[in-house]
Amino acid sequence: MVRYILKRLLVALLTIFVISCVTFLLMNAIPGGPFLSEKAPSQATLDAMNAKYGLDKPVPVQLFNYVKSVFQGDFGVSLRMQRNRPILDIIKEMFPVSAKLGIFALLSAIILGIPMGCVAAYRQGKVTDSILRVVTTLGIAVPGFVLAALLQYFLCVKLGLFPSMGIAKPIQYVLPVFCLSFYPMCYIGRLMRSSMLDAINQEYVRTARAKGVRPFALIFKHTLRNAVIPVITYLGPLTAYTLTGGFVVESVFSIPGLGRYFVQSILNRDYPLIMGTTIFLAVLIVMMNVVVDIAYKFVDPRIDFGKGND
Amino acid sequence: MKRFLALALALTMVFALAACNNGTDSGSVTQSGDGAATTPGAGASTNPGDSGTSAGGFELTVNLSSEPATIDPALNSAVDGAVMLNHFFEGLIKLGPVENGEEMKGAEFIPGQAESWDIADNPDGTQVWTFHLRDGITWSDGQPVTAGDFVYAWQRLVTPDTAADYAYMLDVVVNANDIMEGTKQPSELGVKALDDKTFEVTLITNVPYFTDIAGFPACFPVRKDVIESAGDQWTFDPATYIGNGPYKLQSWNHSEQIVAVKNDKHYDYANLGPDTITFKLIDDQSAMLNGFQTGELDYIEDLPIAEIPALLDSGALKVVPYLGTYYVEFQTTLAPFDNPKVREAFNLVIDRTFIVKNITQTGQLPASGFVPSGIYDAGQAGDFREVGGDYYSIADADYEANCEKARALLAEAGFAGGAGFPTVEYLYNTSDAHKAVGEALQNMWQTELGVTVQLQNEEWNTFLETRKQGRFSICRGGWIADYNDAVNFLDMFVTGGGNNDPQYANPDFDALIRQIKAESDPAKRTAALHSAEDMLLGRDWVVAPIYFYTNKYMLKPGISNFYHSAMGYTIFSYAKQG
Repeated sequence: MVRYILKRLLVALLTIFVISCVTFLLMNAIPGGPFLSEKAPSQATLDAMNAKYGLDKPVPVQLFNYVKSVFQGDFGVSLRMQRNRPILDIIKEMFPVSAKLGIFALLSAIILGIPMGCVAAYRQGKVTDSILRVVTTLGIAVPGFVLAALLQYFLCVKLGLFPSMGIAKPIQYVLPVFCLSFYPMCYIGRLMRSSMLDAINQEYVRTARAKGVRPFALIFKHTLRNAVIPVITYLGPLTAYTLTGGFVVESVFSIPGLGRYFVQSILNRDYPLIMGTTIFLAVLIVMMNVVVDIAYKFVDPRIDFGKGND
Repeated sequence: MKRFLALALALTMVFALAACNNGTDSGSVTQSGDGAATTPGAGASTNPGDSGTSAGGFELTVNLSSEPATIDPALNSAVDGAVMLNHFFEGLIKLGPVENGEEMKGAEFIPGQAESWDIADNPDGTQVWTFHLRDGITWSDGQPVTAGDFVYAWQRLVTPDTAADYAYMLDVVVNANDIMEGTKQPSELGVKALDDKTFEVTLITNVPYFTDIAGFPACFPVRKDVIESAGDQWTFDPATYIGNGPYKLQSWNHSEQIVAVKNDKHYDYANLGPDTITFKLIDDQSAMLNGFQTGELDYIEDLPIAEIPALLDSGALKVVPYLGTYYVEFQTTLAPFDNPKVREAFNLVIDRTFIVKNITQTGQLPASGFVPSGIYDAGQAGDFREVGGDYYSIADADYEANCEKARALLAEAGFAGGAGFPTVEYLYNTSDAHKAVGEALQNMWQTELGVTVQLQNEEWNTFLETRKQGRFSICRGGWIADYNDAVNFLDMFVTGGGNNDPQYANPDFDALIRQIKAESDPAKRTAALHSAEDMLLGRDWVVAPIYFYTNKYMLKPGISNFYHSAMGYTIFSYAKQG
């Protein structure tokens, strides 16, 4: 077990390193630069800025310097979004906002999504199943920005039920959390439904039914454990994405989270911020995947780290 | 139950990761050693719902844009940053109100930190401005503002290491150009503190617009001791963000809001308006409008383009002048636009009146020249555009005649009826507004000239690079005045200039610009400015001006006494409520 975890961590580190290098090269390959604007600064100013931030050197040298300073714990400073502010400060300040929102969204997606899927599976073909199918299909098909814009327009502007911006008070969490959790909730619901259907048709479930086990006990005691594995697989990346915030939701509800910065740093060619946010997200995703793999072991004792998975 | 334990474990780990940063959660500043300066979590920040209505105080909540890239006066190059700087700092000269009978007053330069100034011409053609500082001016920490603070700020602005976009604003000061190019030391800049109260600037020539420069945000004074001790982090912490303006920084919750409070050390403290000005930092146009409609915002300057016509009709959205020109530029070194006749033909068939009436619809003025209406002619007497006249008629009645002439020109260039004319591309940066204008242009060019024009859009930053490198046939351009003088619109087209996207190279034009920059006789200077525009547009047709910009805004009823300068700066310091 310990050997397995160590091995996974090593692979994780390597993955993150490769992601970093590829991102670095890709972002330097896209046209544009951090110091361009409608009014071009003078060549002298551009040269001074490039020299100050080390952008005057060839890209491989820049990459080497970047990796070197990252190993010393220095992720550089923002060039454009919050000029001269250390990247780590930006992430430290903005990630918790996204993460808080994300945790609520994640919890509601799991707490509502799993029972939704179970109920739909047990009521397969009935009205409840059909209604849930419509809801989950909608949830997957409607883009986040449409949902967020509609809710904001009707519930904030027209009905005045919620404030339209900020995240200071509990009531301000309601709409963003809903928007952020709707898609994963529906996705989990569908995932859960199909894997639950598989589980229900297993021999041991029939046996249990034949023995007169009540449906509730059947779901929670016998089938859920088997059926939940695909959901757990999905939870790894989902957790990473949800915690780092939704670009759309944060923009629409003016929430000062990290999510917006993933996109905006690229539009602004804020190279150190692109790298910082990408590495941060990569670490989170890779780590969540490791956690998920370990979680399998607890859910399904048949999975053995010692053998096949190595 | 183990399965849920595993899940709970995973979530707890992440929660812990998030929670361990809770100390700075939503906090405004991270560099602060002074806990009192930090906003203690979002709960204590201004409640958006009751802006302006809370008991007793006047709390103004406005939105200009999203997070400013910087609020360092030397580094800022954006309008939203400049508006904030106009509240946190005060230059030698500041913006004061101009009564215009409107809800939004105009703005003009009035004495700021300097109560008066003398101008003297030297025999060698240089000009000396001596500013006499006002009594009782202090920084927000109580220290007096001295002439030395201006010397430091201006030297810092032109120092290459500062890497200031707007360093060139001081290119009229003796030695500034050499310092920016690194051949002279910043200490050699033509500025001097004669004593604590007297600041002297030596200009290379008579500069009629120097008041605009002295009042420009990049030229605001900054504190040497603070910047030297806090380095480039000084703007992030209210404890080190020391200004001399009517308002001071109370908190900065990044990407959420910047809160400014009245500066009790300011000489005009008693007359200031709002107790706090909260700049909400929003990047979604729908969110801006929704925030205004729910009452969370008192003032916005941007909203979704689709909403504009209806709000303009209802009177909720208002329009104010903005010194800038929206234009298209031709790549003058590449066929077919290396031929001035082709450029003139493409110019003439643009129906500017149609575009502003039916497409942009926010009160823009159809452009009959490149330098916009509102730019002064010869000092401040008259309007440059009125004196310069029209380069083509923008009247509806003359449109057909323009098109006839354009077709004749195209025929002269060898493309009668558009025959043999290569397919060309119009490049613009991705945006609904630019696309709409682009489609209208495409239609006019194709219908009237018989040519084929394709539309091509690129994401903003990519577009900037493509345009800067001249890899286009026709492309969108826009220029907003930095100061009120025509040279600001003309000198960008000198050969090799950083903003000379059309790659225009004309030695006669370069000579004119050199003459303008050195000319000490105002009459000759003005004449040269008009000749330069004649060459750029009347002879070489390097660009095709479309319209002169306007600014739009929405303001909550009951709030008044904002000033708005045509450079796009809104001053909230003296706003009144009720």
